[in-house]
Amino acid sequence: MTDNIGLYIHIPFCLSKCGYCDFYSFVPDEGTMNRYLDALLKRTDEYSAVINCPVDTIYIGGGTPSVFGGERISHLIEKIRSCFSVTPDCEITVECNPSSVDEKLVKALREAGANRISMGIQSAVTSERKSLGRLSDSQQAKQAVELFRANGFENISLDLMLGLENQTIDTLDESLDFILSLDTKHVSAYLLKLEEGTPLFEKRNSLSLPDEDAVCELYLHTVKRLRENGIFQYEISNFARPGFESRHNLKYWNDEEYLGLGPSAHSFLDGKRFYFERDFDGFLNGKKPKDDGFGGGEEEYIMLRLRLTNGVRFDEFQKRFGKAFPDSIIKEAKNLMKYEVITLDKSGIRLTENGFLLSNSVIAELLF
Amino acid sequence: MAIPKENIRNFSIIAHIDHGKSTLADRLLELTDSVASRDMTAQLLDDMDLERERGITIKAHAVKLNYKADNGQEYELNLIDTPGHVDFNYEVSRSLAACEGAILIVDASQGIEAQTLANTYLALDHNLEIVPVINKIDLPAADPERVAEEVEDVIGLDCSNAPRVSAKTGENVRQVLERIVEDIPAPDANDDAPLRALIFDSVYDNYRGVIVYVRIMEGTLKAGETMLMMATGAQFNVVEVGYMRATGLEPCEELSAGEVGYITASIKTVRDAKVGDTVTKLERKADTPLPGYRKVNPMVFCGVYPADGADYEALRDALEKLQLNDASLSYEPETSGALGFGFRCGFLGLLHLEIIQERLEREYNLDLVTTVPSVIYKIHLRDGSVVEVDNPTHYPDPADIDYPEEPITNAHIYSPPDYVGAIMDLCQDRRGVFKDMTYLASDRVDIHYELPLNEIIYDFFDVLKSRTRGYASFDYEIASYKRSNLIKLDVLLNGDIIDALSFIIHADKAQARARKIAEKLKDNIPRQMFEIPIQIAVGSKVIARETVKAMRKDVLAKCYGGDITRKKKLLEKQKEGKKRMRKFGTVEVPQEAFMAVLKLEDD
Repeated sequence: MTDNIGLYIHIPFCLSKCGYCDFYSFVPDEGTMNRYLDALLKRTDEYSAVINCPVDTIYIGGGTPSVFGGERISHLIEKIRSCFSVTPDCEITVECNPSSVDEKLVKALREAGANRISMGIQSAVTSERKSLGRLSDSQQAKQAVELFRANGFENISLDLMLGLENQTIDTLDESLDFILSLDTKHVSAYLLKLEEGTPLFEKRNSLSLPDEDAVCELYLHTVKRLRENGIFQYEISNFARPGFESRHNLKYWNDEEYLGLGPSAHSFLDGKRFYFERDFDGFLNGKKPKDDGFGGGEEEYIMLRLRLTNGVRFDEFQKRFGKAFPDSIIKEAKNLMKYEVITLDKSGIRLTENGFLLSNSVIAELLF
Repeated sequence: MAIPKENIRNFSIIAHIDHGKSTLADRLLELTDSVASRDMTAQLLDDMDLERERGITIKAHAVKLNYKADNGQEYELNLIDTPGHVDFNYEVSRSLAACEGAILIVDASQGIEAQTLANTYLALDHNLEIVPVINKIDLPAADPERVAEEVEDVIGLDCSNAPRVSAKTGENVRQVLERIVEDIPAPDANDDAPLRALIFDSVYDNYRGVIVYVRIMEGTLKAGETMLMMATGAQFNVVEVGYMRATGLEPCEELSAGEVGYITASIKTVRDAKVGDTVTKLERKADTPLPGYRKVNPMVFCGVYPADGADYEALRDALEKLQLNDASLSYEPETSGALGFGFRCGFLGLLHLEIIQERLEREYNLDLVTTVPSVIYKIHLRDGSVVEVDNPTHYPDPADIDYPEEPITNAHIYSPPDYVGAIMDLCQDRRGVFKDMTYLASDRVDIHYELPLNEIIYDFFDVLKSRTRGYASFDYEIASYKRSNLIKLDVLLNGDIIDALSFIIHADKAQARARKIAEKLKDNIPRQMFEIPIQIAVGSKVIARETVKAMRKDVLAKCYGGDITRKKKLLEKQKEGKKRMRKFGTVEVPQEAFMAVLKLEDD
């Protein structure tokens, strides 16, 4: 087991469903939320009996945790503190939606010791937000950021989406300008993907989405503009001012262990992966999580590490697996260098910006 | 109790596709109590799944029915079903040669169509008595009287007594049996002459060896006698003779003149019992064989490769098994730089090729890659020698070639006069040389062309049908080899020649074809991490080019939290996808790209 562990809590509640989202969530009532809190508290107790190492990151995501309310979140964090040894510098992130942020919530989160906020903006352009089915407007987002900051939150992350309907470099600049004007420490920029079963997927044929080349330009433009403003890429979709990289999310990419509670939450504990199914009542009734096989192998580690700008470091690989990095992969990497998708040197392999865009192919090529 | 010879009737059923041949056959089986209704699956005579699905008969089938006619007498009816495609014309002609009559089915709503006529002429060639039957009278659009008139006018058959039936509901089907008994002559049969039996089909059976389907023209045969195949010279000791019943084989003491039956004789392969050959007896040989036998040679060749090299052995076993039952299929091992180990297979035509390919894939669960079909070219070299080439890979260096020759067919197309223009355009486009045109009737012409075989093997029949709304029928035979301005086209991907995509073509058509192939490949090769130039070349000269642009985006950008398994699965899928591609040098080509090049006209 690793020295420290991350804790993820999934809050499957939203005020409304966004058109692109296939995360597990629904619109709740008070009673449901109370029952859910009870279930979470119970599970926290159960797992505290089997986990002995300290918790150094807590991530409350969703869904929309802010819908869950400051009181319940505080209660939950308190419970975690009482059950686990939470490190003094523990990163505690709460995902919020601008439309459900108010002073009461912000103060409660601060009180509970939350120190990182992640908020979905997606776009500053009204028509683009509408197309995604977002409730709030960009003004609300601005107010929310200011409110958090006024209450002592330094570490705020904003989400941006690329490849939206009718999005161009110009409209993207509007969104980037907006985000930069809020001067946050962290940005996540996701490429829109039409997930089967979402409303956006259903009307995919009537959407005028930018083509492959245009989406790539949007992505590269984002990387460049954020870099010019001191926000550096550290993962395919994540950017931060130095020192503000998400420690919790880095656990995923570093193939480190974490416990996830809530329906659809995934865990990696003691070398085994498992998850709670997308079954709310099942979770309330104590249904056991589903086994998802072993994790932490070499292939998995390489696959995950290559998502980071740091890539795979040969010395770290050696340290973790007690053997040299496989020659066969280095050989394949040499082949791929001519396409300018990776860089290879004595210390390791990393993907280039273009390589990130082709990461599935590049990683498949390297590993298989 | 033996049925007297004058009460035997041997007949086949001919019809345009979908006019109800198999359904009528099924009704006849039911009416003669040959099979219990509860055992009837739709269309009993079409054995193979493939036949039932495509609605075509690939192999001949035969069945003996017993019928008590209205005149109170017992009759023995032998129904011989026939394949219905130009690829199998020879088999059809042998089946018809085994009969004295034929039922001609015409659809009461559609009337006479292409194959109605082609099949009628084939039957008339064999002096068969033709019994017209108007089918599908249950359809709302049925107009039996108009169709009857049409048959009288066009074919000249008296339709006043033609049964108007619905094979589907069974209405009036008994009348068909009565007409068979009354109109079709009994066989002219002499038991005392030396044995002459016509082989019209043979099938391989795991337990008995080959089962030979015959029509005894003269003489008799029983178990224990030694039979002799007159064309191949092979001899066998007869193990069993008998009749084909709808429910299975029924052994009998002796087959005699006029009868249709089967022989088993521990024959190991169908190549020893060739369709069209004459069976006689070693002890008392016939002087001359029955007319009409010819050796059937494959005319279309292509490479067949397992998509996964590990399946090579399985492919060989499958081909071996198919050949047991299909004398016209040939195969021999070959290797391709691009595709690895596989087989060069020979077929009667493109339908035959498709059927074999489909059976390999379905019945033997094989994933295949096939190359562009080719015919046999005769290449005269400068040193005076001649080489036969059925594989473009073996095409000699142009510098060594004196002149090439290609097979030319004598092709006859029957059609209503309205389509003569369209047909001539098509033939002209396929490098045809017009020979003559004959009016068979006021609304039927026979257009005679010389057509190069390599122009008709791909899709000629399909295009002909679509341009004539299905009204034209088509038949051809190899006439000769003629000198021709042929060249070999090579396909290069990222600079490497893909041998499996090379093909031979007339110089005049090279440019247009090259451009089309380049386009098709561009559409079918997925973008990869690098730009892929596609070039089509004659020797070192590139005559067409396209480019597959480099792929830009293939990324899972969204954060799925800790769901790492999902990412791994995605990569696994990618790995599987890679397996289905063929790697040529640096370029991965999916099988669909090969198929697209094959089916160039399917736009």
